[in-house]
Amino acid sequence: MTTSVVLEKVEKRYGVFDVIHGIDLQTDPGEFAVFVGPSGCGKSTLLRMIAGLEEISGGALMMDGERMNEVVSSERGIAMVFQSYALYPHMSVYKNLAFGLETAGYKKAEIEPRVQQAARVLQIEPLLQRKPKALSGGQRQRVAIGRAIVREPKLFLFDEPLSNLDAELRVQMRVEIARLHRQLGNTMIYVTHDQVEAMTMADKIVVLNAGRIEQVGRPLDLYNHPVKRFVAGFIGSPKMNFLEGVIESTSADATVIRACGASIKLPRALRAVESDMPVTLGLRPEHLNREETGGIKLADLQVDLVENLGDETLLYARSPDGQTINMSLAGEQVIFNGSTVPAFFDIAHCHVFGPDGTAI
Amino acid sequence: MGNKMTGPAAANIAAAGPPRQKTHIPNHPQRKPQPTSWLGRAWQGSGPGYMFLLPWFIGFFGLTLGPAIVSLYLSFTDFDLLRAPNWVGMANYVRIATSDPKFAASMGVTLFFVLFSVPLKLAFALGVAVVLNRGIRGLPVYRAVFYLPSLLGTSVAIAVLWRQLFASDGLVNSILAEFGIEGPSWISHPSYSIWTLIILSIWQFGSPMIIFLAGLRQIPGDMYEAASLDGASKWRQFFKITLPLLTPVIFFNAVVQTIDAFKAFTPAFIISGGTGGPINSTLFYTLYLYQEAFGFFRMGYASALAWVLVVIIALFTAFSFLTARFWVHYDD
Repeated sequence: MTTSVVLEKVEKRYGVFDVIHGIDLQTDPGEFAVFVGPSGCGKSTLLRMIAGLEEISGGALMMDGERMNEVVSSERGIAMVFQSYALYPHMSVYKNLAFGLETAGYKKAEIEPRVQQAARVLQIEPLLQRKPKALSGGQRQRVAIGRAIVREPKLFLFDEPLSNLDAELRVQMRVEIARLHRQLGNTMIYVTHDQVEAMTMADKIVVLNAGRIEQVGRPLDLYNHPVKRFVAGFIGSPKMNFLEGVIESTSADATVIRACGASIKLPRALRAVESDMPVTLGLRPEHLNREETGGIKLADLQVDLVENLGDETLLYARSPDGQTINMSLAGEQVIFNGSTVPAFFDIAHCHVFGPDGTAI
Repeated sequence: MGNKMTGPAAANIAAAGPPRQKTHIPNHPQRKPQPTSWLGRAWQGSGPGYMFLLPWFIGFFGLTLGPAIVSLYLSFTDFDLLRAPNWVGMANYVRIATSDPKFAASMGVTLFFVLFSVPLKLAFALGVAVVLNRGIRGLPVYRAVFYLPSLLGTSVAIAVLWRQLFASDGLVNSILAEFGIEGPSWISHPSYSIWTLIILSIWQFGSPMIIFLAGLRQIPGDMYEAASLDGASKWRQFFKITLPLLTPVIFFNAVVQTIDAFKAFTPAFIISGGTGGPINSTLFYTLYLYQEAFGFFRMGYASALAWVLVVIIALFTAFSFLTARFWVHYDD
């Protein structure tokens, strides 16, 4: 049982303050959509509007083609997993799972198998008689998800459900939620500020900033083809390097950009550029190399700090004109703080952004 | 440090930025000479603190613990303020248990008062707290206004006012007369007089209301959101979420208010003119105790009555704590 969710010019206002500015979005049946963005970007507000916990100030929320703005939350066919889990502390796990069904008027004989089934899926059968205070963070999270599952909703909503877990458990639960999505096949909308969660779980990522959608797309599309500097900086870890430069010259098949004290020739024309126009060069740390393997030389970098992580080595460095550049090199590297290393990049992975932050 | 660092280690330090300014830390800070006696050392460590506690110590030992111990002793005597106390053993307690009809009467009135005033007051306080918790405008003003009776309610002035309200020609009957109802003299009718005191007690709902309000604020909003997504009505949310999660606060308020109700004195004293009438209908236990002590100067017997009340309150409180495990839900 899946549903499509369509937002049409959806707005949210608190008094005179607009927090969501006319959002258009379509989520297809069975899709795992992730709303991602920095704190305060409106992603949780948007989710709560879909849930019916916040009033929609303008526009329309459609589910399976039906307008839902005026439908109360309990009749939208949704279930939500909260950041704090929102488990009832005075009820056992079983009672927590059964609460929604009891409220809906199901008989005990109908509730029992559904609770047991959800418990089996989430492997919490031995915990059913425990109170939430006797559970670990991961177990509480499973119960919260179980409470959503038993209702057999058309749409699952997750509001930063992993943010209270430690790093190891977060990875484990991430995998479990993704597995659950494959198993159930329901439409899921998931809110997070963690771009790694978004990249690893989503069919579709919606990048939000200041109440507006910056870009919507599949994870690797956003990674490889960010249309905004904001998206380029938000997706990917470590963060993309942004180097200030100016257009030195432009022709039909090449563009020369002056950045880091060097002239960098890109073998392609850029849209709507002219000489002396300021631009930002975007290079991901993992796309920089210190060996010349067919790439273009960026500059000789002064290394400020080296972090050896075993599988990769992170360099925090500065270009000759003082711009900060980070490099991510594969494996262990023998590089000392204070040394100088050359940086090369592959032209295929070079992004250029105009003065307004739009990719050109 | 005389050794110079070279190689990668030096580079690491160089990359870390300019060296921090060194702060001079004396190796041997000057210390005050230590007193040699244990008393001196104790005084130097905690003396000023005990000085600040002194007023409380004087109050506790001089006005609470001391008199309590003396009254325990007096409860085994026939002390009457005029003669030196004579030891009578358990005689006072035996009389209370076997041959004092007023003890049973006053205890009955007090239990009736406790049984009705405490639940009604708590229910009313909770109701008002729930309404105030909805985030209405001017909440601090309402909170203060509703709390005010708790400060004034036990005063003589309010008891006098209450007497005027419920007298045969009082305000209550004047209002009833507007609707053609001839009300009785509430305070002088044995069936109604106790209820005027119960209403006065309920009117002092401010204190438990403030505590309920604080308790309601502690219940996370997302529990209600989760329940509303499950389709739970406001009533179901109240009975299935609010009340269970509020049980620690209900328990606290119930114990405190019950102890207060057992000790209630001033309103009954003023409204009945110190008699506990009509026909002992407002003869609170504390009022009977007062009559014995300061009416008949049977201080020894009054002391025994006081200790019986202490035991009853202690037993009730212990019983409350024993039952709490079955109905009070603590999160941790």
